[in-house]
Amino acid sequence: MNSTWPVLTSLIAFPLVGVLILVFVQKEKWVRILTLIFGIIEIILALPLLKFKLGSSAFQFQEFHPWITQWHINYSLGIDGISYLMVLLTIILLPLCVLCSWTYIGQRIKEFHICLLLMTSACIGVFVALDFVLFYIFWEAMLVPMFLLIAIWGGPERKYASIKFFIYTLAGSTLLLVAMIAFYKQAGTFSIPDLIAADFSFRFQFWAFLAMAIAFAIKVPMFPFHTWLPAAHVQAPTAGSVLLASVLLKMGTYGFLRFCLSLTPAASVYFAPMMIAISIASIIYGGLVALGQKDMKKLIAYSSVAHMGFVTLGIFIFNLRGAEGALMQMLNHGITTGGLFMLVGAIYERSHSRDISANQGLSKFLPAYLFFFGLFSLSSLAFPGTNSFVGEALVLIGTFNKNMVMGLLAIPGALLAAAYMLRLLQKLAWGEPSAAGAQEWKDLNLREWIYLLPLAILVIYLGLAPGLALKTMDASLIQILNYVTK
Amino acid sequence: MTKFITSGIILLPLAITLVAPFFIWLFRKNINLRETVSFVAATSTFVSVLSLVPKVLSGHIYLYHLFTLLPGITVKFCVDGLSLIFAVVASFLWIFATSYNIGYMRSLKEHAQTRYYFCFAVAIFGAIGVAFSANIFTLYLFYEIITIFTYPLVAHHQDEDAYTGARKYIVYLMGTSKLFLLPAMIMTYVLAGTLDFHLGDMVHGIFPATADPMWVTVTYILFIAGLAKAAIMPLHNWLPSAMVAPTPVSALLHAVAVVKAGVFSISRVILSGFGIQTMNALNLGIPTAYVAAFTIVAASLIALTKDDLKARLAYSTVSQLSYIIIGVTMLTPMAVTGGLAHIAHHAFSKITLFFAAGAIYVATHLKKISLMSGLGKKMPWTFGAFAIASLSMIGVPPVCGFVSKWYLVNGAVDINRVILLTALLLSTALNAGYFGPIVYKAFFEQPRPEVNITEFKEAPLTMVVPLTITAMISVLLGLYPEPFLQFIRIMMK
Repeated sequence: MNSTWPVLTSLIAFPLVGVLILVFVQKEKWVRILTLIFGIIEIILALPLLKFKLGSSAFQFQEFHPWITQWHINYSLGIDGISYLMVLLTIILLPLCVLCSWTYIGQRIKEFHICLLLMTSACIGVFVALDFVLFYIFWEAMLVPMFLLIAIWGGPERKYASIKFFIYTLAGSTLLLVAMIAFYKQAGTFSIPDLIAADFSFRFQFWAFLAMAIAFAIKVPMFPFHTWLPAAHVQAPTAGSVLLASVLLKMGTYGFLRFCLSLTPAASVYFAPMMIAISIASIIYGGLVALGQKDMKKLIAYSSVAHMGFVTLGIFIFNLRGAEGALMQMLNHGITTGGLFMLVGAIYERSHSRDISANQGLSKFLPAYLFFFGLFSLSSLAFPGTNSFVGEALVLIGTFNKNMVMGLLAIPGALLAAAYMLRLLQKLAWGEPSAAGAQEWKDLNLREWIYLLPLAILVIYLGLAPGLALKTMDASLIQILNYVTK
Repeated sequence: MTKFITSGIILLPLAITLVAPFFIWLFRKNINLRETVSFVAATSTFVSVLSLVPKVLSGHIYLYHLFTLLPGITVKFCVDGLSLIFAVVASFLWIFATSYNIGYMRSLKEHAQTRYYFCFAVAIFGAIGVAFSANIFTLYLFYEIITIFTYPLVAHHQDEDAYTGARKYIVYLMGTSKLFLLPAMIMTYVLAGTLDFHLGDMVHGIFPATADPMWVTVTYILFIAGLAKAAIMPLHNWLPSAMVAPTPVSALLHAVAVVKAGVFSISRVILSGFGIQTMNALNLGIPTAYVAAFTIVAASLIALTKDDLKARLAYSTVSQLSYIIIGVTMLTPMAVTGGLAHIAHHAFSKITLFFAAGAIYVATHLKKISLMSGLGKKMPWTFGAFAIASLSMIGVPPVCGFVSKWYLVNGAVDINRVILLTALLLSTALNAGYFGPIVYKAFFEQPRPEVNITEFKEAPLTMVVPLTITAMISVLLGLYPEPFLQFIRIMMK
């Protein structure tokens, strides 16, 4: 491929091509196989991204085409250290999602896979868009397939959950729309690099920050805007939960970094103490509520609130360690929580229940399953040597560096993570087998091994050798921190 | 001047203990082969640890850097005198524990033996890792591995009692490490910019003189509270609860590997992390010694009240562990020598006591001391070993406990701390108070009417031989304590 090959466009467009092809495929089996192949091709298409230049804070793989000239809206794409790893994660997840839905999804199979492809396309778009309007389009575009994933293939209360998800997120996007237009009125451009370069009055920044921060806080979600998340997670099918946890939530924290800190640095500094307080509240609150859950998915959903609290904490303490930790934690949470949701899906296919009490005492029948569950649980509680430890330690180092007392306040969150994950793991592995047919359940099959193994390898790899990942992000983070600390 | 050698050879004991569990699992169908793996692993671990001794004794320190996670946070190993004390003891006693395990587990027809041996081996891997840690992160990593993999051993019986005990175990150990040790580690990183221990001398630590004394003190307190495996009061309660585990676990893990990982870590953090200079400058040592002194006396008093043999031994362990802490925190050469020597000396004697308790249980199914009258005649080897080990606990020459006590008392006199001295002497009397009656009952009292002892005989040889040997080693170490004292001298240089 030559150097002018539009890598990013190909990544966004290819899933859409896949959708077009799927429309004409009738056989269900072929729908699955083709989507899997699309996923693998998408990974191949992403290979040029490996040429990503380390140590540069500039946007790379840039593409620029004028689009609606009278409004100064352009088709402008590019990635930097903040979006790079998230794009890779999104791409890796697509084939894994297809595999984990292979038998889980039994109806409207074609539509389901179309939704998956649309989601992938929109998610990549969100991370690579360098034009505010384009970003907004992708941001809204991913709402619909996610809504459908929950509403059609979800659990018994899917209607409530999907509508709640839609309304919450849409309410946030509306504020984002207002902020976007306000920026245009002030600066006369939608280009994100141009907006970053522009200077805005504090008064303007104050309101713009608020509008954007609420939108992103809903997406993250930060306490007290989190109530849509457990409902959505519990009802969503496995692949929906995985995408929701691994990619969608990250858009909120990505938004904080890309928009709040970069565009409204003065207001970010002004609001930082409040954001830190809310983050710590999220960490503790999420952990406490997770501790009391009977439903596995709900437990993991609330743990997400806590984990994402660490991310926002890392972002708003404004030092490099914290910011690195935040980005690492975004990636880690995607890997670990994605893995945990896949495992919950796998056991649901056997027991037809997500209650902890219905899935106890598996250690004797499902050792391989418990091996993975143990690994992802340890990662989730930030066991040293796993990926989450690196993220959490970096955030904590940053926090302690800024203020010892603040750091000590966040520590109970780490304790709670150990408490709820070990409790879950203990019951699953050791409890009295509650389901009558539990002895008959088969251990992981080859397909399940295939979709769990890549994530497990990432857990260990990033846990022991996070250096390369950190190198991809450092330059961009230093750049962003310059805005808020100057 | 200490010379550092960078050599991957120190990974060998770690590699063996890492690989052994998988072979144990692989041979789960053939139990004789499975136990052979444990034996071979234990012996080769011990030999590979021993092979490191000559260089260390000639004043070298092994170092090996495995991974870099973040600048200043690495997985890095070192072997110096202190490492060897713990590693030699843990790997050597693992050999005996394996023999004992076979007798115990097969006699009682315990379930899930493969899981048991698997976790047992991983726990030793953790212990060796802790012993070889060259920085706080590596220490933390292996410390946590021990916690996670000993949980299944404590909960082994999988009944109500086991779950309750195991829950307490994990809540105390994981809770303190998350709540205290994790922030302590991060605060060290923030204050010192590194987590690497200062090896080679015990005077200097890693905290710069400019570090805020208040936060250094807070970090110190968090370390002491976070390393709850040392069972310093009030964070000792998990240890008696852990006694629901099968007795070999109590013997090797809760008298040697796990608890010694706790006291070893505290010693390492104090001697190589803070350094005597910082400890003295901030006056951190003596207050800790007072807490340890309190633990010594209070735990002994509680031990007096226990009729369950393992519970009494557990409180005795709580008390004896604080001997090590009190020695290290008195910070004089004599006291530190006594404390560190006790890591080894206590191990040999206490494992004998637990081995004996398990042998009694296998042979008679008795747990209560009050029912053990007259058993000595039926089980002379077991109770003979028990008596010798008791003398060590009390600190009677020529058994090895006396050597530690000698140095500790000398240390307390050196710094004129009457209260610490009193605690040590009082403890001697209390130890005699709770071990004496057991031995007396066994040998000199008539059997209780409700217990029919005519059928009783010694436990299987795989159990009696190890406990006899460990008792003999306790005596040998009392007569010739050099093996472990030389490691400490090399540290002191």
